[in-house]
Amino acid sequence: MRDKHARAYWRANVRILAGLLSVWFFISYVCGILLADTLDAIRFGGFKLGFWIAQQGSIYVFVVLIIVYVVLMDRLDARYRSDSEKGVSREDQS
Amino acid sequence: MTVQLWTYIFVALSFGLYIGIAVWSRAASTNDFYVAGGGVHPLANGMATAADWMSAASFISMAGLISFLGRDGAFYLMGWTGGYVLLALLLAPYLRKFGKYTVPDFIGDRYYSRSARLVAIFCAISVSFVYVCGQMQGAGIVFSRFLEVDITTGVIIGMAIVFFYAVLGGMKGITYTQVAQYCVLIFAYMVPAIFISLMMTGNPIPQIGFGSELTAEYGGGYLLDRLDNLSQDLGFAVYTEGQRATQDVFFITAALMFGTAGLPHVIIRFFTVPSVRDARKSAAYALIFIAILYTTAPAVAAFARTNLLNTVDNAVYEELPSWFSTWETTQLISFDDRNGDGRVQYSGDAETNELQVNRDIMVLANPEIAQLPNWVIALVAAGALAAALSTAAGLLLVISTAVSHDLLKRSLLPGISEKQELLFARLAIFVAILIAGYFGINPPGFVAEVVAFAFGLAAASFFPAIVLGIFYRRMNREGAIAGMLAGFLFTAGYIVAFKFVVPELSTPEHWWFGISPEGIGTLGTLINTVVALTVSRLYPAPPRDIQNMVEEIRLPGAVPAAVNHP
Repeated sequence: MRDKHARAYWRANVRILAGLLSVWFFISYVCGILLADTLDAIRFGGFKLGFWIAQQGSIYVFVVLIIVYVVLMDRLDARYRSDSEKGVSREDQS
Repeated sequence: MTVQLWTYIFVALSFGLYIGIAVWSRAASTNDFYVAGGGVHPLANGMATAADWMSAASFISMAGLISFLGRDGAFYLMGWTGGYVLLALLLAPYLRKFGKYTVPDFIGDRYYSRSARLVAIFCAISVSFVYVCGQMQGAGIVFSRFLEVDITTGVIIGMAIVFFYAVLGGMKGITYTQVAQYCVLIFAYMVPAIFISLMMTGNPIPQIGFGSELTAEYGGGYLLDRLDNLSQDLGFAVYTEGQRATQDVFFITAALMFGTAGLPHVIIRFFTVPSVRDARKSAAYALIFIAILYTTAPAVAAFARTNLLNTVDNAVYEELPSWFSTWETTQLISFDDRNGDGRVQYSGDAETNELQVNRDIMVLANPEIAQLPNWVIALVAAGALAAALSTAAGLLLVISTAVSHDLLKRSLLPGISEKQELLFARLAIFVAILIAGYFGINPPGFVAEVVAFAFGLAAASFFPAIVLGIFYRRMNREGAIAGMLAGFLFTAGYIVAFKFVVPELSTPEHWWFGISPEGIGTLGTLINTVVALTVSRLYPAPPRDIQNMVEEIRLPGAVPAAVNHP
């Protein structure tokens, strides 16, 4: 990486990805597939929970994940830009 | 008015709209043709991406498949939407930052090698062809049923329309027609779903109606409980319980997720927005637009299944509603009165079952089964065509850019002018449409199954190569090429072996680790990754300028200048 801001940016980016992808894995593979039968014991309305997560809930979570990602990355980008404008060691980046 | 007349009206109106948009948005340059000039608004791109990606399989087949699979059908739902999360987080922003036209462009430049580019071209073309055949076939089913022309004529009409706007407008024409197609298809999907939900449960929101109680007319009680009981009584599996082995569901879901993220015609859409930020935003919009259909589909599946079981079971054949005989003439429903009592016995037990229902017709027949007004039935036909044609157009564009840009301009004939390149792009679409049409008329299998294989192949070839290219700076050309070939050949080999060479052995006992051919793409992805990482260690790291390029695409870039959105 060219400078410390860029390195910090990339590390923060990877951290955000790791966090969001853990949720992604947990809701779809763990709740929607591996534990679906266990979760089916819980009912709300006409739905069994495991079935609902597999066919509905996981999709809502995916939408929320991408929206959270957009917001977090916009903030990170803004911080990176203001940091690197203050920094002097950095080459022009475009 | 009859269904047929309504269908003619809706199809003619929607086709007129697409052609109008195509004329309005003609492509003048290769930049327009390949990436719509890079100036598409994220909201429009989100809709176009949603239409591009929701194919005939999503529209026509998915609810039908779920309706026959019950809970296991969730692998289509989670797989095709969860893959979007991967695409939005791991690929879209970086590929936009990279800023060229195609996936083979990225592979070729990132891995500084003509062979890598050629491998990527080969994978892109094969994946897209497999997928486009499914679309043409879907369009054929709609034409043959609703316009009562034969499938051949149907496919030819579909080909002519796509040809017209894809050749004229390239990506620009395709993008704006896809926006219109999204509106048509989502409207056509939601209207009958809302009608049916209201009728059966009194709740207008299908996502909620699906977990509600049935109205008194339908006998009360929770819909899903009723469906479970009905299924069990007739000897089918309990609807809300999984039947397939857990590891198979796991692998199929993963294959569809990695595949979604690796599909070249979806990735290419993120090259059309003005900035990295817009690429992220448009992925979010796209998933919201997709989620509307994807959360409705399982509700439609449950409604359709309940309705079907209620209507046909033990019904007197002569008294069945008219939709039954219209679908019988297309041979997508067949009834064989084995015990000669003149009634339909529909059962999960193959010995006594008298009814065969093709899964692909559930969405198309659903409004008729629920006795909705004729215009709603016709609307579904227009929506299904929008879904098939929008995806077909996106795929054909990938095929044509792969030939004219990646193969000719960047590999074989670097000297050609922009005008010639544009001509070759249009010629390539023409040839691709002819081949796709041929396979549409002589289809290789179920629409959704064929498409599921395309996902497996995309997962096993592109996904690791692109992700490693971004996230692992030391990945070199030797590793990437070896990985792509290993993943693609392994997956294609497994599918061909079990589906075409020895289909009689395609049972869970013979599958490796109990993984069906639909799920094998996940193993292919893993093989690709392991091979790529191992081989890359044996060869030197990529040159300095490539490593710099990787660092460059990881950064957000300058604040995008104002772009005038057309």
